Amino acid sequence: MELLVLAVSAAFLSGGLYLMLDRTLLRVVIGIGLLSNGTNLLLLSTSGLTPGGAPILAAAGHGETAIVDPLPQALILTAIVIGFGVTALLLTLAYRTYQSQGSEDLGELHGRLADE
Amino acid sequence: MSNLPILPVALPLASAVVLLFLRDRPALSRTVAMAANLVTFAAAAKLLLTVRDQGIQVLQFGNWPAPFGIVFTVDMLGALMVMVTMVVSTATLLFACFSLDEPRERMFFYPLFQFLLVGVNGSFLTGDLFNLFVWFEVLLISSYALMSLGGGAYQLQETFKYLVVNALSSCLFLIGVAIIYSLTGTLNFAQLSVRMAEVPDPALKAVVAVIFMLVFSIKAALFPLYMWLPRAYFAPPTVISGLFGGLLTKVGVYALFRVVSLLFADLPFVLPLLVFVAGATMFFGVIGALSQWDMKRVLSYHIVSQIGYMIMGLGLFSQVALAGGIFYIIHHILVKTALFLIAGAVEKSRGTTNLRRLGGVIETEALLAGLFMVAGLGLAGVPPLSGFIAKLLLIQAGLQQGSYGIVAVSLLVSFLTLFSMMKIFRYVFWREEGLPRIEEGGNRARLLSIAVLVLLGVAMGLGASVVMPYAETAAEQILNPQLYVAAVLGEP
Repeated sequence: MELLVLAVSAAFLSGGLYLMLDRTLLRVVIGIGLLSNGTNLLLLSTSGLTPGGAPILAAAGHGETAIVDPLPQALILTAIVIGFGVTALLLTLAYRTYQSQGSEDLGELHGRLADE
Repeated sequence: MSNLPILPVALPLASAVVLLFLRDRPALSRTVAMAANLVTFAAAAKLLLTVRDQGIQVLQFGNWPAPFGIVFTVDMLGALMVMVTMVVSTATLLFACFSLDEPRERMFFYPLFQFLLVGVNGSFLTGDLFNLFVWFEVLLISSYALMSLGGGAYQLQETFKYLVVNALSSCLFLIGVAIIYSLTGTLNFAQLSVRMAEVPDPALKAVVAVIFMLVFSIKAALFPLYMWLPRAYFAPPTVISGLFGGLLTKVGVYALFRVVSLLFADLPFVLPLLVFVAGATMFFGVIGALSQWDMKRVLSYHIVSQIGYMIMGLGLFSQVALAGGIFYIIHHILVKTALFLIAGAVEKSRGTTNLRRLGGVIETEALLAGLFMVAGLGLAGVPPLSGFIAKLLLIQAGLQQGSYGIVAVSLLVSFLTLFSMMKIFRYVFWREEGLPRIEEGGNRARLLSIAVLVLLGVAMGLGASVVMPYAETAAEQILNPQLYVAAVLGEP
């Protein structure tokens, strides 16, 4: 189970990195989204993925093997909210750039704004 | 246990929320923001004195005992950083009240400014690794908004890059958190410090160390990850770059001091690597500065260069070196912000910061020129100013440990810094021809905010015997993590 989640996470991270290197601003934004979701999956895998396990509270009466650590899930929740805010801001910036420059292709934008 | 440590975060947060509703009343916004800053300043001063008299302060939220709940742990380094943050932010705020254009003021400058302080102070106070990530995000998101405020095409372009770089480093931060949590099962700094020492596999420890050093090196703009800084700090209005230049990279430096001393100091490769990176950062930063022809860009490259000195203090890792590094951080925050504000004043008066087009500012604004001279010499480390004391300690520590290479680099870089400061002085203030003044009368409040910072810098040099004990206590606590651990988890 862990191996599967890690493989998915690795696929997300590498896909995200690939998209980040693209010339189009929108793809960079999607890349960042993939990257943060890949990271969230990695965080999830640290809690020990026992199938059918419940968080600590229910574990008291049912033996100790079926415990899932709830803390990483709380961390992921926070990370998702932050990632959401950052993605929204990035999209706004990309859109404003497109509005003011008429293009979102970095190849075309390159050199258009002189330094000073 | 008192609630004092939460105040430097809670007060700016409350004022930010209030300020959100005062958008249409800029005059009232300025008053509220200034009043809130002064109250937070007082709280930071009280916190510093409490830490001096009673040692490390710990605040457990909701009274959950230490390793389980989130804690704020305030040692001398954290208290000093919060204090100096409040000093420069108050001066910058005063400058902003008298220099920022009204559209920016109305588009939530003051609330964003206060949210930024929430994030900065929170990062300095927290005793929990994940909480540190959250405070970092608070300050980063405020800084994205502040940097793009106004929406000029150049600003948008640079903010986008800055955001992508920082989003990547935040993802790395989380990956580091995930690995360290699966290794140790905790995120509390004190307990991490204990458990990291027990991790059997040095390779895994090294992986974690490298990830965290990478993350904080991006935030602190260390070699070779400083590329984003000079252009990003050039884009926004000068008062905003001044605040960023003084504070933001130093949060990264602080985080490096914290994680290296608590978690990774026993790994054999960490400290030599830091010393090497420090030397490269100093050198390439100053080389970049020499090649630039714009006051703000020169100053931005000098931020990079000087971060090298702070990391040199961390890398040498002795009592003297750490005290020197911490003294350097405080000196740098004061003086660098002052220099940026001077660039802002020149920009207001002449309409540009381009060295080739400026000149003769000394004839109309002699006081400003004088303040620049003092601040510039202080930055280069001319005695008896504050930069001299800091560099003296660092070099002394380097010689004691026989690290002659880094000492030689730091002396050379000091000389080049002096050269670069004199270049600015010669072109901006001294030269005969230059653009005429576009703003009549000058502004006393702006001069006051600069003068306060410069005079504090001078006072730090002349009165080093007053400041030094604080830096030495901070260095002692950094050098002995068991003090930190005992304060949080109780005596073993």
